[in-house]
Amino acid sequence: MGTYVPNTKKEQQEMLKEIGVSDLRELFRAIPEEVFLERPLNIPAGLPEMAVQQKMSGIAGKNKVFHSIFRGAGAYRHYIPSIVKQITSKEEFVTAYTPYQAEISQGILQSIFEYQTMICELTGLDVSNASVYDGASAAAEAVIMCKERKRTKALVAESVHPETLETIQTYCSGTDIEVVLVPAKEGRTDIDELRRMIDNETACVLLQQPNYYGILEDASLIGDIVHEKDAKFILSCNPISLGVLKTPAEYGADIAVGEGQPFGIPLSFGGPYLGFMAATEKLMRRLPGRIVGETKDSRGERAFVLTLQAREQHIRREKASSNICSNQALCAMTAAVYLDAMGAKGLRQAAESSMSKAHYLAEKLTKLKGFHLVYSGEFFHEFVTTCNGNVDNVLAALEKRGILGGYPLSGKDEGHLLWCVTEMNTKEEMDTLVGILEEVTKA
Amino acid sequence: MKLIFEKSNAGRGCELLPECDVPVTSVDDKFRRNKELHLPEVSETELSRHYTELMKRTFGVNDGFYPLGSCTMKYNPKVNDDIAKLSGFAEIHPLQPVGSAQGCLEVMKLAEEYLSEVTGMDAMDFQPAAGAHGEFTGLKLIAAYHKERKDTKRTKIIVPDSAHGTNPASAAMAGFSVINVASTKEGYVDPEELKKVVGDDTAGFMLTNPNTVGMFDENILEITKIIHDAGGLNYYDGANLNAIMGLVRPGDMGFDVVHLNLHKTFSTPHGGGGPGSGPVGCKELLIKYLPSSRIILKDGKYEYAEKSPESIGRVKAFYGNFLIVVRALTYILTLGGEGLKNASENAVLNANYMMSKLQESFEIPFSGHCMHEFVISLEQLKQEKGVSALDFAKTLLDYGMHPPTMYFPLIVHEALMVEPTETETKENLELAIEVYKKVLEQAKSDPELLHQSPVKTVIGRPDEVMAARNPILRYQFNVNGE
Repeated sequence: MGTYVPNTKKEQQEMLKEIGVSDLRELFRAIPEEVFLERPLNIPAGLPEMAVQQKMSGIAGKNKVFHSIFRGAGAYRHYIPSIVKQITSKEEFVTAYTPYQAEISQGILQSIFEYQTMICELTGLDVSNASVYDGASAAAEAVIMCKERKRTKALVAESVHPETLETIQTYCSGTDIEVVLVPAKEGRTDIDELRRMIDNETACVLLQQPNYYGILEDASLIGDIVHEKDAKFILSCNPISLGVLKTPAEYGADIAVGEGQPFGIPLSFGGPYLGFMAATEKLMRRLPGRIVGETKDSRGERAFVLTLQAREQHIRREKASSNICSNQALCAMTAAVYLDAMGAKGLRQAAESSMSKAHYLAEKLTKLKGFHLVYSGEFFHEFVTTCNGNVDNVLAALEKRGILGGYPLSGKDEGHLLWCVTEMNTKEEMDTLVGILEEVTKA
Repeated sequence: MKLIFEKSNAGRGCELLPECDVPVTSVDDKFRRNKELHLPEVSETELSRHYTELMKRTFGVNDGFYPLGSCTMKYNPKVNDDIAKLSGFAEIHPLQPVGSAQGCLEVMKLAEEYLSEVTGMDAMDFQPAAGAHGEFTGLKLIAAYHKERKDTKRTKIIVPDSAHGTNPASAAMAGFSVINVASTKEGYVDPEELKKVVGDDTAGFMLTNPNTVGMFDENILEITKIIHDAGGLNYYDGANLNAIMGLVRPGDMGFDVVHLNLHKTFSTPHGGGGPGSGPVGCKELLIKYLPSSRIILKDGKYEYAEKSPESIGRVKAFYGNFLIVVRALTYILTLGGEGLKNASENAVLNANYMMSKLQESFEIPFSGHCMHEFVISLEQLKQEKGVSALDFAKTLLDYGMHPPTMYFPLIVHEALMVEPTETETKENLELAIEVYKKVLEQAKSDPELLHQSPVKTVIGRPDEVMAARNPILRYQFNVNGE
């Protein structure tokens, strides 16, 4: 079996002698006899490293790696620069704990400070935290942040990602926050309904931009409606899109959240990802999680520390703004290195290419019989179409050719496909996709 | 050192993406970003060197002894990271058809089986992303259980005053009110005190055992029974599981729900503060409330069972921090059942060895054998010489060691909590013992020296008060964006 325990039998004996006991069992005397586990754990015997490699590679081999992916719906395949992977594999960054000891953690602290700066730049807001678990939990934390004594209603657009909505509902159930859905009409938030529903008890309105269907919402107008009632406006946004699309601040958002995975993090079967969160200065002390600040050290030099800790669980216990302790620090660093490497120009290019290619595919697809856009209006890099014929059969035919097709929607969108295109999809790939679809759906 | 923004120079950058090979779609003015975007403009060389500089200003487990109590900073095996980087795991879309993600489901099913065995639970859910997230999830299960039984007056969670701060914070977040119960002076739960606070409003009780002073609570069966008799459920905080794998199981001690920290006990790295993974395990009676759909094996294929209508709902998108679960499974396969037990035994052996060697010089407020960690109190030193736990910890930095956890648990004054872990050699422990004693001598002979420390680190002590009073939380670009 493999082991990482260096103590030899002889050393163990020496140590036991020093402690003053005769065997290891004696150290566990406090465990009541009736529950002491006398049998071995029913887990297979350990294996040497090579055998483990082979076993785990075998399991990985049972997954299918698609080389052509036209599916997003919350997880996006973008180009990951080589330097991102190299830097974030450095052992110091990988193995360090939360930077409690600032003097020997300046590297991690500074990288988080740089990350916070870039999240502020992207969103146009004043303050960013050091990250939370993912986009969905960031949205839920944002809703909780907005609760006030007399404002306990959270309006959430029906057009947000369904898993974001479900996470918000779980976080709010059992608290005095009431989550109410603002219905969508033709793939977009129904503005009239919103006007009707919002009132003086509304703490916040949460909107996703672009929304789950890829459509760009009229976020400026919605922001105005929210602020007329003095409620908070939370915008959940796709971070790549911020290279070309309006910032949450330009729409008047008080809080911006989102899934940071597109910034250099592989698909990873859904995690670990990165929840980013930024807010106006006014809301700074309500933000959950770690925040890094700049200060001076005893020598008068610039230094970075974890700060505003009076919000946090280890100080405030049951009165903390959130229970979050571990976050996604290494993923935040991944995003920071990605943005460093891409720069504003590269990010704009990724965003423009994704958007342009999505429009190219949409145009080609909708020329096919039985495929048309379900929702009209501006979209970014995702769009919904009908499907000519049985969705499962069509997707299975694509899968046979190594293509992961659009995501089959459910509920009232049953039978529709949510397509996603990024800079990774070439024109040739898209033409092949359309060719196969034409062939498959003709029969 | 400079920030990356201060190394930026307009016009520099990396050429990473090809030209767009389709006609460019322009964004409608209504949606176009007007605000200028300042991101660094640096060459790849500069970027690489910037992070090498940051790396040198970071202390990882690979740099030296890291006995941060309660955090289990054991060695992070490199094979785990290699496996997590396989394209067969890293490049799998979470919404791929189940038939094309059989390997991912197998990973979660195997990890569930093994971790359930270690903890004595009947199921394990990997959706929670970290320990505190697991606590929140586990407490929601308890809430759902009482709610379904229409036992709605159970609104209180009992937490010992020695508990991790996340316990009461999670309970509050899950909608409970928190009852703090005083520990005995030995750091144990006082069954008599517990009896006074339980009642028909008790929803549950949260405990870590070994407790936060590193001692195994031998009254554990009585404690969990008091809660069960009152109609509450027992929650096990898995932060300290590294002491008991293969020796005793939370499920056998009377716990109904647990969370684990895969980034502590199961050797996955901490990443400077995350990502971790905080799976929740539970007994049969709570399975139907779990956030994720159960994975089942049907005709030789893995699939998701239909989601239970009683589920508390998801706590995060998709299936949790999957690649962390991959690493933990790799670790379990490497060690096997016997190896896990061996790890725990040696974690406890190392801690006792250090404690026993330090006992003559330091005040260790609890008697008996410790488990995987122990607590030193510097209260006397503080009173006599004005040297605090903070001063002591900062001095250790100059010896190239990560200090123990400071000022926790709250029930011990001037606490230093030492958790050496099983992956340290006897020589490393002896070196640390020698250094601790030497620093203690210094503290007695020249306390001022400790107030001034550290002197060998890249920065001196930072002014935390200034950071909080005048928060500077981002770099400000000047008008030109330079």
